[in-house]
Amino acid sequence: MDAILLQVLNGLDKGSAYALIALGLTLIFGTLGVVNFAHGALFMIGAFCAVTLSRLLTLSHEVIDETRTDFLGNPLKVDVPYLYDIFGETAGAAIIDWAVPLSILFAIPVMILIGVVMERGLIKHFYKRPHADQILVTFGLAIVLQEIIKYYYGANPIPTPAPAAFTGSFDFGALIGFEPNTIIYPYWRLVYFAFAALIIGAVFAFLQFTTFGMVVRAGMADRETVGLLGINIDKRFTIMFGLAAAVAGLAGVMYTPINSPNYHMGMDFLVLSFVVVVVGGMGSLPGAVLAGFLLGILESFASMREVIDLIPGINQVIIYLVAIIILLTRPRGLMGRKGVMED
Amino acid sequence: MGILEVKDVNKRFGGLQALGDVNLSVTENTCHAIIGPNGAGKSTLLNCLVGKLIPDTGSVMFDGQSVLGRTPHEINQLGISRVFQTPEIFGDLTVMENMMIPCFARRDGAFRLHAIESVGSETELREQAEQMLEDVNMLDKRHMHSASMSRGDKRRLEMAMCLVQNPKLLLLDEPTAGMARADTNNTIDLLKEIKDKRDITIAIIEHDMHVVFSLADRITVLAQGTPLVEDVPEKIKGHPKVQEAYLGESA
Amino acid sequence: MFGLEKKDRSLLILVALLTIFAPFILNPFPEGSAMAQFNAGYPDLMQRFVIFGIFAIGFNILFGLTGYLSFGHAAFLGVGSYAAVWMFKLLSMNVVPAIVLAVVMSGLFALLIGYISLRRSGIYFSILTLAFAQMMFALAYSVLTPITGGETGLQLALDDPRILDGAGASAGNIPVPSLFGLEMRDSADLVLGSWVFTFNIGYYFCAVIMLLAFYLSIRIFRSPFGMMLRAIKSNQQRLNYTGLNPKPYTLAAFVISGMYAGLAGALMASMDPLAGAERMFWTASGEVVLMTILGGAGTLIGPVLGAGMIKYMENIISKINSDILHGWFAFLPDGLEDFVVTIIYPFIGKGWHLTLGLIFMAVVIFLPGGLVEGGQRLAALFRRKKTSTDDGSPAKTEPAE
Repeated sequence: MDAILLQVLNGLDKGSAYALIALGLTLIFGTLGVVNFAHGALFMIGAFCAVTLSRLLTLSHEVIDETRTDFLGNPLKVDVPYLYDIFGETAGAAIIDWAVPLSILFAIPVMILIGVVMERGLIKHFYKRPHADQILVTFGLAIVLQEIIKYYYGANPIPTPAPAAFTGSFDFGALIGFEPNTIIYPYWRLVYFAFAALIIGAVFAFLQFTTFGMVVRAGMADRETVGLLGINIDKRFTIMFGLAAAVAGLAGVMYTPINSPNYHMGMDFLVLSFVVVVVGGMGSLPGAVLAGFLLGILESFASMREVIDLIPGINQVIIYLVAIIILLTRPRGLMGRKGVMED
Repeated sequence: MGILEVKDVNKRFGGLQALGDVNLSVTENTCHAIIGPNGAGKSTLLNCLVGKLIPDTGSVMFDGQSVLGRTPHEINQLGISRVFQTPEIFGDLTVMENMMIPCFARRDGAFRLHAIESVGSETELREQAEQMLEDVNMLDKRHMHSASMSRGDKRRLEMAMCLVQNPKLLLLDEPTAGMARADTNNTIDLLKEIKDKRDITIAIIEHDMHVVFSLADRITVLAQGTPLVEDVPEKIKGHPKVQEAYLGESA
Repeated sequence: MFGLEKKDRSLLILVALLTIFAPFILNPFPEGSAMAQFNAGYPDLMQRFVIFGIFAIGFNILFGLTGYLSFGHAAFLGVGSYAAVWMFKLLSMNVVPAIVLAVVMSGLFALLIGYISLRRSGIYFSILTLAFAQMMFALAYSVLTPITGGETGLQLALDDPRILDGAGASAGNIPVPSLFGLEMRDSADLVLGSWVFTFNIGYYFCAVIMLLAFYLSIRIFRSPFGMMLRAIKSNQQRLNYTGLNPKPYTLAAFVISGMYAGLAGALMASMDPLAGAERMFWTASGEVVLMTILGGAGTLIGPVLGAGMIKYMENIISKINSDILHGWFAFLPDGLEDFVVTIIYPFIGKGWHLTLGLIFMAVVIFLPGGLVEGGQRLAALFRRKKTSTDDGSPAKTEPAE
């Protein structure tokens, strides 16, 4: 029992990331009818928003510390972040420590801007082109974006730690009445899951309870009719694209403490997220979320030693296998709607 | 016993009874029209004949064989060709290539891998195709890109593609929908010519009564998924039930 | 001749001449001159031109004709490479059995993957092929290490059995792939003044195979089969109602193009006998898509042009460094020179992929028909200028060449 729960928990963080990216992909696909291969790059850019902010916060100047000496006996030069000068050492250090959560505030405007520019500048011109063209142009864009990041940030992963308060693990099992030390769970993963749940909830609430969301949902169901009603659907779709970009970006920001960001993380997640979207059902938002968590957890189960001993390599391919089986048996995916992307 | 026998066909879409106990018999070498107001189930019936839809109950026999459960291409191979409401042709191909494809389908069946032979060397099929194009007065357009033709020409081409297969039954789904009067008359002339010259059975769905009464030997009136009357055109014209079905809803 | 129409025959002869004289054509600059870095006439690069040409020609049979966009074609290239290297290890260093096995194996894989993937079309097909390829990549990288060599790749070893070659063949050295004794790496240099031209056996072997592959693709394009494939792209509904079953046609195209990829993979292994999983990565699949589109999908010559372009640019651009750039722009005033170099620098050397991505986007946005269409447009422009006075006949649209 505890072993099963542990695997479910382990699957949650990846599942959350899949769900968030797949949610954005589905929003874009459902509203704009565009297959966006650059969506993974948005996730990656989000992660690098966190890197950028923590670099900005730690911008330093050199100060000579007379009390200490280096190994040659000269007075030691230490880097002091400008933040220390502004807020004092304690507050400054705390701000730097909280760089990742703070990046959320930084990433939201940046990501929305990137999303809107992308839609207005490029994607807009591809609404009427074949899906193959959409795939290809966004694929090209994804390469460009990741190479730009690689040029400025290098090819190596950049460690971006969580705030000290959330590093380390705790005994989750003991909290809910299992034997102590059976379910040890890192704090940040729980934070990530809660954060993902919050974002997903917010997106759904937004679509469900605002007039804007209503129009978008109607547009997803039948774009032409909504257009006929005289509602300027294009403008709303632009905003939708910005929103989807922000969701992907935030997923990236918060993921940085789990895996140090590198320039190709977007592509790694993208392929799997597409699989998630397909499994969930093209154009179905609940499907995307459900499939995201399901596949994340499934992947975590497949990584259990007992399972790997039984079927070697299953952890590497489980998601693809499930996708292939689902596509062949339920072509519309778990919760796909009729008429969306039928052949 | 007709060449096409539809027996007790039912088809529901959710709560909607699209077809209810449809019985239809089309006699060989006649032109049978199916008319009826919008939503009468004409297109559903047609789709049941060509394998696009499968009826919930009932049977559809063509030339002594059941068509149910067969895919569209298998049904075509039995000898049923279909002309669509909006012409379905191979827009990226030239007129001549459009014609060659049914010629190959007729000779080689549903699949045969001719990967090395050249299309150009199939003299016999080319002659067939050219002959057919001549019959529909399109030989001069044979090198044209078919997507760039007028709608009337596309319709002609589609019909030529169906006819070159020498089908036993030609299904026409509103062949003159959206056509100008002159084009409609041309199409009627063409169909009349086909009917007179060839041993072919035609089943036609049509709104335009002018077309129906110019061509049909028998007419079935469909209303709300059920055949109302079936008779020769002269009797259909004044039939009270038909008046009711057509005028009743507008009056 | 060859059962081809005149136009196709001229095209084939042109390509044949270009490949035969490639060592001259690609080495226009004398050795040691400033422009020598733009020479491409050395064996390694020329081999890549023709091998990726084969890969793209095959991909074009699927994508160009049927419109089915496979995003996992590199998987078959990888299968071909592994199969060929295994043949070198087990049987013989002769390239013939290696190529035969590679083509057969990739054909089998393509049959299986195609059979499943082709049950869906459109983006589902693209994602399915992508998923299969990624799955194979993941497996090759991890569990299948005994077969694939995992991260290090599959390499030859001294103690490989090589049953047919006999014990004496490998006297202390790992032998090299050969064609009945002709070693693939052998080259002959021709020195003419300050020009050096290299003629490499491996290159000519690949070139001959590419010409055969190209010839076969012309035949396929002009065959009833090729016409059916174009009909599939154009209107599947009509095809169904014409009594034809699109599935086996598409599957046949998929398998044929998979075998082309396997052939390319085998040739890669024959030139350099090792195989790694990265050859199957999805960026490699994306690259062949780009080659085909850049040249012109659905055209005969397009994929060959595209493959050549991409591989040439990759090679040249990734060799340029900031010193070379400074050399080029030395004529500019100092500040401006530095500025220009700073602007260009991200796109060269290691920045090749950035340039690649930009080319990708530019082609899809501005030139969906690729270089061939671009050429045709240019030609039409010139023709119109020339004949603007006596042009009375409306342009006749020919089928895609």
